[in-house]
Amino acid sequence: MTRPSTVPHASHGDKATDPSTPGPGVTRRRGRRPRRGRRAVLAAFLAPSLVLFLLLVVAPIVVASYASLYKWNGFGLPENHVGLDNYTRAFRDPTFRGDLWRGLVLIVLSLAIQLPAALGLAMLLNQPLRGRGVYRLVFFAPYVLSEVTTAVLFTLVFSPNRGLGEAISRWLGADAGAIFADPDTVLVAVFLVVSWKYFGLYMMLFLAARQGIPKELSEAATTDGASSWQAFRHVTLPLLGPTIRISVFLSVIGTIQLFDMVWVLTGGGPIHSSETMAVTMYQYGFRRFEVGYASAISIVMFVLSLVFALFYQRVVMRRDTEGAITTQGVQR
Amino acid sequence: MTGTANPALRARRLVLHLVCIAVGALIVVPVWFGVLGGFKDNGQLSTNPLGWPDPWVTGNYTGILASGVFWRQLGNSLLIAVASTVVVVGAAAMASFVFARFAFRGRELLFTLFAVGLMFPFAVAILPLFVLLRGLGLLDNPLGVILPQAAFGLPVTIIILRQFFRTIPGEVEEAAILDGCTPFGFFWRILLPMARPALATVSVLAVVTSWNNFMLPLVVFTDQSWWTLPVGVQAFQGQYADDTARVLAYVVLSMLPALGFYAVAERQLIGGLAGSVKG
Repeated sequence: MTRPSTVPHASHGDKATDPSTPGPGVTRRRGRRPRRGRRAVLAAFLAPSLVLFLLLVVAPIVVASYASLYKWNGFGLPENHVGLDNYTRAFRDPTFRGDLWRGLVLIVLSLAIQLPAALGLAMLLNQPLRGRGVYRLVFFAPYVLSEVTTAVLFTLVFSPNRGLGEAISRWLGADAGAIFADPDTVLVAVFLVVSWKYFGLYMMLFLAARQGIPKELSEAATTDGASSWQAFRHVTLPLLGPTIRISVFLSVIGTIQLFDMVWVLTGGGPIHSSETMAVTMYQYGFRRFEVGYASAISIVMFVLSLVFALFYQRVVMRRDTEGAITTQGVQR
Repeated sequence: MTGTANPALRARRLVLHLVCIAVGALIVVPVWFGVLGGFKDNGQLSTNPLGWPDPWVTGNYTGILASGVFWRQLGNSLLIAVASTVVVVGAAAMASFVFARFAFRGRELLFTLFAVGLMFPFAVAILPLFVLLRGLGLLDNPLGVILPQAAFGLPVTIIILRQFFRTIPGEVEEAAILDGCTPFGFFWRILLPMARPALATVSVLAVVTSWNNFMLPLVVFTDQSWWTLPVGVQAFQGQYADDTARVLAYVVLSMLPALGFYAVAERQLIGGLAGSVKG
């Protein structure tokens, strides 16, 4: 791996068609064309992306890190420099500390329940099963619904007075509507709705990866006397490794920035018990106009994502970037 | 082969089907509840949440479809999705062309900068973005949503397109250059047409992302006439909190375009997601 990429997606498949030596066409052109002309072409082609990206992605993050050092209501220029006070305040704030804890809980639930379930279903749909195309279509469909739509739908499904909630309550013998109102259950309820929307995505990724594994491999294992579980455990699963590791990555990064779903389902309540970092940031930034403090929270989110990504890239996904045999063939 | 299998295999298949049907029910029942609920009144919803409406009440759906607010939001979502997609795919295609087919110093560094952008949480930038857009006078202006969305869509689009552009053989470019093609001519008349499948894939991803975006339009548009569907759905729920049936109708109507799009573009969407993960 030559480039210090921090992102898993940017990694493999370069070996065969490495473009840094992009064939005779480019070299010849370089010889023929004056250097300045070539540079102008490069600049013209890169300019739109660079301007957009620097102005609207990079600059805001720089500004946020600057604003996080001020007590600032977002109007005028920040003047009241407070050093790292916003950060120390965040780490003392029980709500923010709770956000970190709840984020961790959501991540653990996703990794322990959502991803394995998705993997299981993907293996299931890989069997020759009549109608599996329909199943796949249905399982993945929630992914295209917005988090907002999903959240409103589930608010109504579980609405205590009317709706399915009542029926479910009668059926369960417990009050279904209360799961979003009870601080002890609300986080799990949010997790379930998040899973409803996203498990299909992971299932689909696993399925695509599974179909990229040559049949001969697991067939060879079974011919050699392995049970189908052994074939899965020792042949298929390791070959799915790269996709599993990327799914873990996506799931963690997605959970760190979870906002829409929580905001619409619960607003972070009751009494902060389903609040996430992004919700806290939004509350302070857009409701109470404590922009400095809210910026500090954004920066913590950013640093957490970055540190996780760097760590994960270096330690966990390292072998993937060195070229796993599963990466070919799935793509088109 | 399917019909005559031995009993153990058939039992196994049956179990698989049952599992799939159970999971499918978890997905379909809430949506089904919404679709039918829109045809009920609130009394029916309490007494008969899952059964067929009796009588069928069409007022919830027709009222929304006749009101204009829904259509306005649909139009806004559409405008913003299309414009964001055009901007992001256009800009990213040009950059990917350079990243894929030119060698120059700092290329990998620059590419890494974009790639790292893949994990900049939108929420991190939203506050300063808001301040910036306010300063530029882009609040309550669709560009205030279109341009940031395009900017945040660049990383994934560039990664997928660069990958694809690299697969086009150097001979093609060489021949074009020999025939007198300028770099722009090659890009526009040869590379882009050849890359149509990849362009379709990234466009579908961009449309879905824009369509579902909530946080940015939420903070950028205080003027209701610019609201997109997600913002509108949330506001509608707040406004008619007691009228569950009507909100259900609104939710269902707002789902239809996304589901319709999914039905049409399923292949590109799935291919794109799998492809972006493979990278």
